[in-house]
Amino acid sequence: MAERSFEKEVEDLRIGAGEVFRGEGILAVTKALLQSGVSYVGGYQGAPISHLMDVLSDAQGILEELNVHFEASASEATAAAMLAASVNYPLRGAVTWKSTVGTNVASDALANVASSGVKGGALVIVGEDYGEGSSIMQERTHAFAMKSQMWLLDPRPNLTSIVKAVEDGFELSEASNTPVMLELRIRACHVYGAFEAKNNAAPSFTLKNAIENPERDYSRVVLPPSNFVHEVEKIENRWPAAVEFIKSRMLNEFLGGYQGDVGIIVQGGLYNSLIRALELLGLADPFGETEIPIYCLNVAYPLIDDELKGFCLDKKAVLMLEEGQPEYIEQSVNAILRNADIQTKVVGKGVLPKAGEYTGQVIGEGLRKFFATHAPSLLAAAPAPRESALPAEKNAAIAEAVPPRPAGFCTGCPERPVFSAMKLVEKEIGTFHVSCDIGCHLFSILPPFDIGNTTMGYGLGWAGASALNANAGKRTISVMGDGGFWHNGLTSGVGNAVFNKTDNVLVIIDNGYSAATGGQDILSSRAVNKTRSTNNPIAKAVRGLGVEWLKEVHTYNIGEMKKTLKDAMTTATKGPKVIIAQAECMLNRQRREKPLRAKVIKEGKRVVRARYGVDPDTCTGDHSCIRLSGCPSLTVRDNPDPLRDHPVAWVNNDCVGCGVCGENAHAAILCPSFYRAELVYNPNRIDRFLSTLRRAVIGYLQRRPERQANAQFGGAGR
Amino acid sequence: MTPARSIRIAITALGGQGGGVLAGWIGKLGEENGFIAQTTSVPGVAQRTGATVYYIELFPKKAAEARAEEPVLALMPVPGDVDIVIAAEMMEAGRAITRGFVTGQTVLIASTHRDYAISEKSGMGDGRRDAAQILEAAHAAAKTVIAGDMAAAATEAGTMISAVLFGALAGSGALPIDRACFEDRIKAGGRAVEQNLRGFAFGVAFAAGSANDDGPGAAEADGMVAMHDEAGAPALAALQVFPEAVRFYVGEGIKRVSDFQDTAYAGLYLERVAKVLAADREAGGAARGWRLTQAAAKHLALWMSYEDSIRVADLKTRGARFDRFKQDVRAEAGQIVDVYEFLHPRVEEVCDILPAFLAKTILNSPILRRGLQAVLGGGKRIPTTRLRGFIPLYLLASARFLRRSSFRFALENARIEEWFEKILAIAPRDYDLSIEITKLQELIKGYGETHERGFGNYRSIFSAIDAVAEKPASSSCLRSLREAALQDEHGNALRAALAAMAANDKAAA
Repeated sequence: MAERSFEKEVEDLRIGAGEVFRGEGILAVTKALLQSGVSYVGGYQGAPISHLMDVLSDAQGILEELNVHFEASASEATAAAMLAASVNYPLRGAVTWKSTVGTNVASDALANVASSGVKGGALVIVGEDYGEGSSIMQERTHAFAMKSQMWLLDPRPNLTSIVKAVEDGFELSEASNTPVMLELRIRACHVYGAFEAKNNAAPSFTLKNAIENPERDYSRVVLPPSNFVHEVEKIENRWPAAVEFIKSRMLNEFLGGYQGDVGIIVQGGLYNSLIRALELLGLADPFGETEIPIYCLNVAYPLIDDELKGFCLDKKAVLMLEEGQPEYIEQSVNAILRNADIQTKVVGKGVLPKAGEYTGQVIGEGLRKFFATHAPSLLAAAPAPRESALPAEKNAAIAEAVPPRPAGFCTGCPERPVFSAMKLVEKEIGTFHVSCDIGCHLFSILPPFDIGNTTMGYGLGWAGASALNANAGKRTISVMGDGGFWHNGLTSGVGNAVFNKTDNVLVIIDNGYSAATGGQDILSSRAVNKTRSTNNPIAKAVRGLGVEWLKEVHTYNIGEMKKTLKDAMTTATKGPKVIIAQAECMLNRQRREKPLRAKVIKEGKRVVRARYGVDPDTCTGDHSCIRLSGCPSLTVRDNPDPLRDHPVAWVNNDCVGCGVCGENAHAAILCPSFYRAELVYNPNRIDRFLSTLRRAVIGYLQRRPERQANAQFGGAGR
Repeated sequence: MTPARSIRIAITALGGQGGGVLAGWIGKLGEENGFIAQTTSVPGVAQRTGATVYYIELFPKKAAEARAEEPVLALMPVPGDVDIVIAAEMMEAGRAITRGFVTGQTVLIASTHRDYAISEKSGMGDGRRDAAQILEAAHAAAKTVIAGDMAAAATEAGTMISAVLFGALAGSGALPIDRACFEDRIKAGGRAVEQNLRGFAFGVAFAAGSANDDGPGAAEADGMVAMHDEAGAPALAALQVFPEAVRFYVGEGIKRVSDFQDTAYAGLYLERVAKVLAADREAGGAARGWRLTQAAAKHLALWMSYEDSIRVADLKTRGARFDRFKQDVRAEAGQIVDVYEFLHPRVEEVCDILPAFLAKTILNSPILRRGLQAVLGGGKRIPTTRLRGFIPLYLLASARFLRRSSFRFALENARIEEWFEKILAIAPRDYDLSIEITKLQELIKGYGETHERGFGNYRSIFSAIDAVAEKPASSSCLRSLREAALQDEHGNALRAALAAMAANDKAAA
């Protein structure tokens, strides 16, 4: 079960023509797919399109009604290969993933399907994880579109435009026999808005039709001689067909005014930020009304030469607003204009930053520079930017005071104790090389753990250490999540290590979900899932590949974890060593258990809830415990002792009782301040009897005169 | 008529604080009250405890209908162009200010509570940043500031901070929407309505309060600070000989030391403090605010009440502690709470409380050491609320009469004497340096390895004192060494500082 449930929202997917659909961008895309008569959908979760997968997963009922097949694909490569169904048959299909990382994984299949060409509309919906909040390398999907010659849609970030782009995308794909990519920036995926819906459409040609009436056409298979033919087809047929379709359907928009010496060319996705920047310069109204001509590229690739030439012909200069680098569009615009001998100046990265997200502020600054040189009169009435009333040095002092907030493991996360244990092992045997993977466990590289050297991609943790397999006095540790393991780590990591006879160590973190992407189920999830096969243990797969040294450890048992890690690092046994560190993702566990517990307590049944605490009078304020944990609920507060200055550790009320702080106190022999408290709800008679008895005896002893005398100044009371 | 414009609202929060819920409420509230609403967020890794921004724009529907057009709304806040900033934590308010979201046109709603960042809480001393200056800057930067500990209010109401912030937004009047409509939105949500409405009412009250009080003084002091006043001077005549400025600390010291051992031991404490006072007086302490005596009263009490297992057992078994942990874990009135201590006694801890000859014999014999460690075993969970846990601890606590003759007592006493003599020796010639020497005690804290590490740092600084005393800026030099010792637990910063000092001396010579 995923982190967020859309069970309520998916009902909105049923609404029909004329009704207003309200929801997140990614939900609107789902609705648009259903309106377009899609036959199959696949994908791999990851921000910012995780919710698309979650919505589809929760919408299985509706999908069945419409004969839509939905798969939670094993990887992006699997998802991309799904599009093969549209090569021979008039089936509309859509796949989705996080870009550019997912596109990297998918690109083998994508290049093949792009070479074969498609009969049915094939849409690749990519969530662009670029700019603020991104967790991946900053690259552009644009390059993939160019290299495989797939068309790239980049619609304006409002729900109506996004939905239209999905519908247009299928048609464009069919008109040009080419898969089409639809790129959505992170905020567009999560923008809440509204659009006017249409009826859902069941596909007229179904998967059943295709399966029962197979069609073969060897000219669609990527093998000589067809592969050479495909290349020519791309240039001579598919590209011109796409250009014709884009022109005739006016997918790109000419907005704003149509006069003046200057104009702006903008990627569709940046349009709203551009309008806001113009509005702040007094050059546009809130409806986007402006005198400045704007050519809005809802299709970022290919460029339409005629449209571009027409737009630039009467202008002295145009500003090219293109996010990311290299500036492929700007280069192409220059080439097209120069080839046509049009001398309009193209200004882009000259006034805008070469790298980084184009926020409203960045665009505003770029516009000021552009207008200052090429149309200064436009700035005559521009209001000065509103600035902070704070003096600059005060602002700098505040900036200095505000601490960075790196992401970290959640409260009670089962992955934390693995790295606590690793830190303790390092204390004993010295530091070692740690090859990381993608997933929540990558937070180990951040404070307070600072453990990890590299991350080479999802599931590639062990592969990332494969070169470091030589005769040496130490071993390396690689980390891989269960998500990464099933994505490809099984073969690229474990299979590779077995085959190449590594002597190194792999820790597989088995928390039962693809946790970092929102807690989706995977093959080894323990949950029962009606529509998927779960409960396929990782250990079985690892053994099946020939690993003999294999240990399964419960992560919260730090002592055992430490021992196992040390054993793996120091044992005389040669060959690959795999430790499967198991414990359920705490977010998912709490989501399941909390309401259940509340219900049981309400019903009057006996429940014991554990949580942890720190005694402020034995805590001396060194915070070793925090440096070994970083749990959000283990924090500090003022020292109640007026003689001590350093704050004491304390466990706040978010504690879920995972016990890592206590285990750490034991394993690292820290201090006696931690305690585990067990709160008994609806105690039974035995509980009450024992408690009364204990309280009587303990109370008597605590009240004995000499104890009172000793404690008269009440040091512990505070 | 001014042209229609969207209301721009940014919520700055930590992942997991419920910022998404709040953004959702505001968006729906807008839709229900004549606005076109757009909200955005950046989920992803930032949601895992990192800082994140939710952004909302509300555009008057009438204006859009009049034009028969849809407005173009932005997906992220532009610095200098945000009408309302809602910060779910004080440093996040600071972050909003540094990002330029808060200007003279901005209504800033901020919870003054602190959610410490990892860099703040993992420090070996006090790594916390100064939140007071953020609030001060907020008042200087914003049009209106509504500030208060909304996290505490949320806890009291049994809800999330989002409900309180929503109430503060309603109370601020920054949106042209009636309070009743806000409440309707919460009711329509259908979840934890009662608690949310209670939290909401607290929020409204925060807004009402800040209408009169617009100064940084409105900052909520942390509840713990109030302890200083509560303590009160003990009615010990001995205190009267001390100057006013140090009485509080001496009083607390007496309490602590006699609580640790007995009145006679407190007498030793007083005797020592009196010696410092005399030295202080000689050195012109009256004009210097008696800073040396103050520091000594504090650090002497802390060192004299070092942590041994008798002390720990004593503190763990007290009635007041039982009341406190029930409060700390938020037990309901009368609820049964079982407590388990995480104790890991090592040979060293046992030897601490044994007579010196016995302790030395064990510590010097690998066989005895191993044997004793085998008996002790590994980490233990002691159930203090049950008799089988309580009674052993209780008996251990009762063994304090043995402490005076214990190995550790002699050891600590010798260390204290050495330190104390140094303070007294330096005081007449370098007053500030003697204070810094006094403060070195704060390096010695914790148990086991932590204690060894702390004492090791203390030791290496202590042995450098004579060299430091030769320097013109002796006291600041010693302070920087102490601060270096608190930089990292591997002692790298301290080693570097000591090495740099030695190199400097060499160059000078």
